[in-house]
Amino acid sequence: MSPEPSLRDRFKLGLDAPICLTWELTYACNLACVHCLSSSGRRDPRELSTDEAKRIIDEMVEMQIFYVNIGGGEPMVRTDFFELLEYATKKNVGVKFSTNGTRITADNATYLAGLGYLDIQISLDGADAATNDHVRGEGSFASAIAAMEHLKAANFGEFKISVVVTRHNAPQLDAFQALADHYGAQLRLTRLRPSGRGVDVWDELHPTAGQQRELYDWLVSHPQTLTGDSFFHLNALGDPIDGLNLCGAGRVVCLIDPIGDVYACPFVIHDEFLAGNVRSEGGFARVWRESDLFKELREPGSAGACTSCGSYDACQGGCMAAKFFTGLPLDGPDPECVLGHGEAALLAQKVTIIPRPLGDHSKPVRVSVSSR
Amino acid sequence: MDNETAVAAVNTDAEELEVDDLLVEEVSIDGMCGVY
Amino acid sequence: MQPQGSQTLPHFDASLNWKLSPDVAIRPEQFGALAYHYGNRRLVFLKSKDLVQLVHDLADFDSADAAIAATIAPPQQQSYVAALARLAQSEVLVVS
Repeated sequence: MSPEPSLRDRFKLGLDAPICLTWELTYACNLACVHCLSSSGRRDPRELSTDEAKRIIDEMVEMQIFYVNIGGGEPMVRTDFFELLEYATKKNVGVKFSTNGTRITADNATYLAGLGYLDIQISLDGADAATNDHVRGEGSFASAIAAMEHLKAANFGEFKISVVVTRHNAPQLDAFQALADHYGAQLRLTRLRPSGRGVDVWDELHPTAGQQRELYDWLVSHPQTLTGDSFFHLNALGDPIDGLNLCGAGRVVCLIDPIGDVYACPFVIHDEFLAGNVRSEGGFARVWRESDLFKELREPGSAGACTSCGSYDACQGGCMAAKFFTGLPLDGPDPECVLGHGEAALLAQKVTIIPRPLGDHSKPVRVSVSSR
Repeated sequence: MDNETAVAAVNTDAEELEVDDLLVEEVSIDGMCGVY
Repeated sequence: MQPQGSQTLPHFDASLNWKLSPDVAIRPEQFGALAYHYGNRRLVFLKSKDLVQLVHDLADFDSADAAIAATIAPPQQQSYVAALARLAQSEVLVVS
């Protein structure tokens, strides 16, 4: 038997620096997607300044963090977006930014195509306008496609199209692949969590058990599809999907939010998973290395209620965020456990308490008073 | 087939190398958490 | 997709002068190092400090064979040739 721990084992114990980092640049957004994990819309007045943002980039260089995944809200609405992009890429920090595409133009697409160390991800949640706009708002499909046209025309190369799999778009995977092929892009399929505004639409949008099985089969037959390692809970269905297949939160990755708060991951923006703030003494490095929360996450976990299940090694009990925001205990099955244990656990709960974060940057919904 | 030690088997004219993963392991890592 | 255990690699010419790709960043870790390729976005785990040192020293030798002969104990040399072959396949190493 090999005495060497695998990479997976090593990662569970945490690293001295993240491999990559998720950084939400702003809570401001010009869209209002119904499932937004960060409940974005309005800028937070405590947002990090340009200088503070550059200090974070400096820390990434010191810690030798390989790349940063920038998101939001909509990161391109920050007036210093391009300044920060250049600052990071000039220091050889790889940047992948995720955008709804509304701010991509022919001109800036040309500029972006010329930058090294850059990757771009366009968000899309439907292979046609009806499906997409139902979740992301009217006109959002058209904007995303326009952005893709600009990137293709500018010879950007292989950007990403990132899709959150929902009940409505689960039948459209082949269509998404065709779209990606048409634009010379790479397809990403990622998992919906009941996080942020997602909790309000979870019941309507999360895939059915049957759809999860189909999704698993599709991923196995399309191994070139990226998943952000978000579907390892499906591994109980058969051979593991490509990827590290474990939750990296607080161990390999984490989130820095627009006001400098450090969370275990972008799906748990809640005090329970708040590790610290980059504005405090020691900056991000100290939070990463010394916060109590991250030390806890790096302890070997207990399988808890999943101990006797033969699939635990494959699925690792699923996603913390999915459990937390459906009121399930963290040491138990995922609500979408493919063996049905999550559903059973939800039904068995006498009382379900869904945690709500204190912050919500959603724009107020304007209700028209005109007659129908 | 169990490898007790980190030995790579090489055929006589070294056309192909069999590698176990004790020294090098590649990982597929894409953001790790999904959305970004 | 990495199968468990052994795998067969395309031919690796250890008589050539190999070096670390300029597109790769290596970060030391307790267990060796992590190597990230900015071009193909692959992440590779180098699991021994000796391997990390070898990778850094490679360019100073005329060939991978020479580098290994000079720095790695004979019983382990084949493993290290195989490891370098693996790194070449991931494009972490390129011919100088």
